[in-house]
Amino acid sequence: MPRIVVDVMLKPEILDPQGKAIAGALPRLGFTSFEAVRQGKRFELFVDGEVTDEILAQAREAAETLLSNPVIEDVVNVEVVAD
Amino acid sequence: MSTELPLIGDYSTPTTQLSGARIGVVTFPGTLDDRDAARAVRAAGAEAVSLWHADTDLQDVDAVVIPGGFSYGDYLRAGAISRFAPMMDKIVDAANSEAKLPVLGICNGFQILTESHLLPGSMIKNDHLKFLCRDQLLRVENNQTAWTNGYEAGQEITIVLKNQDGQYVADEKTLDMLEAENRVAFSYVGWNPNGSRRSIAGISNEAGNVVGLMPHPEHAIEAGFGPDHRGTDGLTFFTSVLTHLVGGKK
Repeated sequence: MPRIVVDVMLKPEILDPQGKAIAGALPRLGFTSFEAVRQGKRFELFVDGEVTDEILAQAREAAETLLSNPVIEDVVNVEVVAD
Repeated sequence: MSTELPLIGDYSTPTTQLSGARIGVVTFPGTLDDRDAARAVRAAGAEAVSLWHADTDLQDVDAVVIPGGFSYGDYLRAGAISRFAPMMDKIVDAANSEAKLPVLGICNGFQILTESHLLPGSMIKNDHLKFLCRDQLLRVENNQTAWTNGYEAGQEITIVLKNQDGQYVADEKTLDMLEAENRVAFSYVGWNPNGSRRSIAGISNEAGNVVGLMPHPEHAIEAGFGPDHRGTDGLTFFTSVLTHLVGGKK
């Protein structure tokens, strides 16, 4: 079933406490190459049938209205993944 | 009309509703503090009216409290799904109308009000990532709103703070605007418990009819059950709105 993937990230200027906690844990496990971590959200919207332009437009609208809060987050990616 | 008998105190005289005011308390799936909010409304002398998130009838209430809890489990973002409830459409319209319905959002209610864009900014996880429950000292920064007119300007009050997503954030321009327009209603005093920008605990809209804050005034309305077992500093929220409704606002 084809799906539309939507990626949402906190805006760069918004502190990401979860990312900071992960960044603190990485070196304890020996992963020392990473300066910082930002944690985001990935949504997968499943479509029964072909993903038309109209459906993709709906997904973009949903991403801006429900899936993200434009005050603190950016929609960084909306793409169709066909299996 | 039922009246609430406080569990302690001198109640030798029969209690009656002190005003004809009707204050709605909205319940969403996952709301926790609606009963306490309704009790606070009654303790202030008004009638509490239960409002269900899926209904569209505001039942002619004079003001609305959006209580705390974890509506929709805080899935997606705190308040994000509740914001689209049919009842919220009615509340947003009424708050923005000429009648300027007074609306108080507490904790998750505050998050719902920011998601609804009735109030600017948003809440993210506490900077220390832990759930926090404590008696919290606040300063009343603006006593000119519908929900704070009974306080003295600069008064320090103690009410309960309990949340995980309590860090208030907004861009610098919005924060400057809130301060310039005297719309910071409450600040944290001393230690900033969640990393909120400029120690903001609560804000109001431009007209002062909509107020949101993370701490819980409804848990500090009754001697014996509030902070330090005696604090009743939260009751003034609910008496303030009655003063506002009878036109006695400062």
